Amino acid sequence: MERRPPSEAAAESPSSAQRRRFLNGIAAAAGGGCLLALGAGLHARSAQALEAQSLRPPGARSEAEFLALCVRCGLCVRACPYDTLRLADLLDGAPTGTPFFKARQVPCEMCEEIPCLKACPTGALDPALTDINQARMGLAVLIDQEHCLNFLGLRCDVCYRVCPVIDKAITLEHQHNPRSDRHAMLLPTVHAEACTGCGKCEKSCVLPEPAIKVLPRPLAQGALPAHYRKGWEERARNGGSLIGEQVELPVRGFEGSTATRSATEGPVAPEAPSAAPGGINPRWKP
Amino acid sequence: MTRSEAIAATLPARSFWQRQRWLILRRMSQLLVLLCFLSGPWLGWWVARGNLSSSMTLELLPLTDPLLALQIMLTGHLPAFSALLGAGLVLAFYLLVGGRVFCSWVCPVNAVTDSAAWLRRRLGLKGGRVPDANTRQWALGGMLLASALTGTLVWEWINPVSLLHRSLIFGLGGGFGVVLGIFFYDLLLAPRGWCGHWCPMGAFYGQLGRVALLRVAAPRRAACDDCMDCYTVCPEPQVLRPALKGRGTDTPLILARDCTTCGRCIDVCDQQVFKMTHRFDQRSE
Repeated sequence: MERRPPSEAAAESPSSAQRRRFLNGIAAAAGGGCLLALGAGLHARSAQALEAQSLRPPGARSEAEFLALCVRCGLCVRACPYDTLRLADLLDGAPTGTPFFKARQVPCEMCEEIPCLKACPTGALDPALTDINQARMGLAVLIDQEHCLNFLGLRCDVCYRVCPVIDKAITLEHQHNPRSDRHAMLLPTVHAEACTGCGKCEKSCVLPEPAIKVLPRPLAQGALPAHYRKGWEERARNGGSLIGEQVELPVRGFEGSTATRSATEGPVAPEAPSAAPGGINPRWKP
Repeated sequence: MTRSEAIAATLPARSFWQRQRWLILRRMSQLLVLLCFLSGPWLGWWVARGNLSSSMTLELLPLTDPLLALQIMLTGHLPAFSALLGAGLVLAFYLLVGGRVFCSWVCPVNAVTDSAAWLRRRLGLKGGRVPDANTRQWALGGMLLASALTGTLVWEWINPVSLLHRSLIFGLGGGFGVVLGIFFYDLLLAPRGWCGHWCPMGAFYGQLGRVALLRVAAPRRAACDDCMDCYTVCPEPQVLRPALKGRGTDTPLILARDCTTCGRCIDVCDQQVFKMTHRFDQRSE
């Protein structure tokens, strides 16, 4: 390797310094840009979850889809005649700027026109919803049976009376009251296939802290596996079992009563295991 | 008496209106946009509903931020017709009039960063470290990429522009903390840091400004006495030099996409070098 004469190095230095500055600048800009995007991404992730009692307007798509489509413009909030909806502040129970309502504060009045949905410019509120009774904003859950007055055997019934889908979304189910042993309990019972999640029941619950609460559906509902069939429903639909009549298998382990067996056989010897390893010990007794 | 004041003393006095005209017009425009949204909740006269992200004016004119529509499409969803139409209208307007006209005539953050820059000058604060001028392009790219990767509108969680506008219109408090942060960042850490270097919305509208009609030009650049007043007040001083000094270009037009067409240089120039004009006005004296 030959050493360059100092004059050549000096001639080269301005452009090399320029290049270094340029590369530094690019690196700083790229780093800064990535940092900003990363910060935004992390913030979005951490705040993604909807708080348990924040409900979306009628017609809202699934939360992930909703957050991709909602531009946080507040047109639904402006369209709501009852000031039910509001936009989330920075630290509210819903992602910044998205519309939500809390049933206990102001429930949805279920306008037939659904003005909030009609105002949505992006389709975050699905225009396919035309009948407000088909809205699924959440699901009422009688979450505290220990304090619900009807479960205590009293006749409160307020949640049932105020329900806009009365006798479909909430019914009163008769049950014997074991405490008094002579009265009935009328238990408010929510039916998920009819509940719109409007929140009227939670709003009007007479307790200081409501015993019935409306939760976002993914939180309130379980789900059967997709392949699951209810035998009795299939039988009713097909006029017979889909898999044919079942062979009645004998119930092993309960031949004869334990009383007669213990009388005839006596105690089981521990050093004499049963003949079938892994099977049911016919001489077992509680 | 500073040098520029000494020079000014030799010139015919310009009235307050001549010295502040574009600033006043700009503040009025920003205020008017806000009032269109606020007259409804305050007085019951509904002019525009919604906010800058998406709005409906007089129950007739839908407008949507085209950058937001683009982000939605990158998440793999198609916005409904109303949003697409609104985005198209806004896009057409800024393509025609001038991309960053949004920044200086509409955006509510502009008043915040202008105040920070003004206070910086008044207090004589020097120095500070600004990121590279290309940072906002990276921020724009990163923000669009993040939308595509996460499938959600990531930027909207922290976007100070929509945060401030929403907070003002819907009476929320949370936006002001972020805006205060921007004010002090601009004031103490980086001169013109947010609008001039970070904001991806500004970068996006800058891209739209490549063919904009409304432009500031320096037709009387021969009269320039190098007082540097325009460089001091300009939010993007790098755009002035080519037009003013004829470096690398013959035209007196400021064609750089970063120019926000705020017209502040026209206000402050005692030699009246600058004027507001259109893209095809090549006249220079």
